[in-house]
Amino acid sequence: MTLGIDDVKAIAHLARIAIDEETLPTHVKNLSSVLALADQLKATDTDGVEPMAHPLDAVQRLRDDVVTESDQREKFQSIAPAVQDGLYLVPKVVE
Amino acid sequence: MHDKTLAELSRLLAEGSTTSVELTRHFLDRIAAHNDSLNALITVTADSALAAAEAADAQRAAGNAGPLCGVPFVHKDIFCTDGVRTSCASKMLDNFIAPYDATVVSKLSEAGMVCLGKANMDEFAMGSSNESSYYGAVKNPWNPDCVPGGSSGGSAALVAAGLAPAATGTDTGGSIRQPSAFCGITGIKPTYGRVSRYGMIAFASSLDQGGPMARSAEDCALLLQAMAGFDERDSTSVERPVEDYSASLGDSIEGLRIGLPEEYFGEGLDPAVAETVRAAVAELEKLGAVVKKISLPKQALGIPAYYIVAPAEASSNLSRFDGVRFGHRCDAPADLEDLYKRSRAEGFGEEVQRRIMVGAYVLSAGYYDAYYLKAQKIRRLIRDEFLEAFNEVDVIAGPTTPTTAFALGAKTDDPVAMYLNDIYTITANLAGLPGVSLPCGFVNDMPVGLQLLSGHFTEARLLNVAHRYQQVTDWHRRMPAAYQ
Repeated sequence: MTLGIDDVKAIAHLARIAIDEETLPTHVKNLSSVLALADQLKATDTDGVEPMAHPLDAVQRLRDDVVTESDQREKFQSIAPAVQDGLYLVPKVVE
Repeated sequence: MHDKTLAELSRLLAEGSTTSVELTRHFLDRIAAHNDSLNALITVTADSALAAAEAADAQRAAGNAGPLCGVPFVHKDIFCTDGVRTSCASKMLDNFIAPYDATVVSKLSEAGMVCLGKANMDEFAMGSSNESSYYGAVKNPWNPDCVPGGSSGGSAALVAAGLAPAATGTDTGGSIRQPSAFCGITGIKPTYGRVSRYGMIAFASSLDQGGPMARSAEDCALLLQAMAGFDERDSTSVERPVEDYSASLGDSIEGLRIGLPEEYFGEGLDPAVAETVRAAVAELEKLGAVVKKISLPKQALGIPAYYIVAPAEASSNLSRFDGVRFGHRCDAPADLEDLYKRSRAEGFGEEVQRRIMVGAYVLSAGYYDAYYLKAQKIRRLIRDEFLEAFNEVDVIAGPTTPTTAFALGAKTDDPVAMYLNDIYTITANLAGLPGVSLPCGFVNDMPVGLQLLSGHFTEARLLNVAHRYQQVTDWHRRMPAAYQ
């Protein structure tokens, strides 16, 4: 898979990472080489093979639907970049 | 003191020949003297270490000390430590004071161990050389021009240099075993699900596994005993009793069937490393093991499958770093999207950004089946091939890495060349198998690692084989001249 500049811009948007225009060619080259590595799988026949998400084929455990955590909002918000009145602050979303 | 194994220090503490405070002071002095040149620790927690050491000595005086009580060690900076910066070697978390302890952290604290600080690593555990750290590269104590391996490079370097008798590590594609090999120490990656991932900052959740790094298999047995076990706070933790890893260390390996996969001795392997590993296998034969040639043709698919699965999971896990709740936030964001994009561009280094983007791509609409689903099918083929092999042999042996430690800067411009370093370690993660790396000799004065793999939940067997080898060899006792 060889990517173009526009592909990398689209991927960077999906990943929510700002990319400088001048570094784009390096990203194109490196991402293309990683995907070329990944493309080596295409030659292997996997018809009828079940995808494996967990090496021990385990499934998610369930637990009783009861509260197990205590409220630690102040502790957690003490490391936040911007909070006010117990709320996390972000730039205005709705005009 | 710093040339002793953890097990020896434990015995000295038990017989009263030393105290935890004395050991802690000694290793803190070692860190003060050598960390500037090695860059193996990001954070040193001297005050809390001395307080923990005093508590450990009091516990011993009260007569209820276990084998790890009072022994100093270092945590890889990927384990959350309540009240202490947990950076994952990233600018993103440079200001992150963890608000809780990882399960591994609380377990080792409960065992009375004394944490001296937090070890340097590749950023978010993504790397094989420790060069992607925001805090700079770690040096290999055997040769400061060489890398220590990664991602647990700080852990490996500090144990090799005697700055602590042990450290924790994590292994997603070889990150405990490869640096252990490069630095001449012993490290074990347990079966997936054996050690809790709670509070261990996630890279690739279906592959990540924490484990111990120390001088000897005996040390690793003591540490793994305390680290392993079911944890309801990790949804992939396995509910299964933990074996007594120390009890079987000395068992005979007469008749043990060792498989040597031809694929682990083929193209790309340094002939001198191959010769060293073959000599180690011959040593195991002298102890009664029976060696058999096997073939694992699917192994070659490991690297491409890994570089789909791991980035895919990383892109999902690292989406939590959004500049809102914790971690780095850019200045004066114009809008929410700008906040996300610039915080992440500024906070993540190059390799982390690359893996997030690869992951975002292989999971995107139209490519998911061709990449992620395909890689998961390949994963099954690789695991099944291993399980079939373990019908014929008990343990698979081979080199941990194709070469000894390479030069700093040698592979930083070519990500794929860097990835190929993990060719022998990566498939154990895909299959969820345990694996140990132990020192088995030197090539050009740099350590060589022997890797042993075995079936799910057979850590005790791996440690038994490694221990028997270490009883008749002294590679694990060697220390770099500059740090003796």
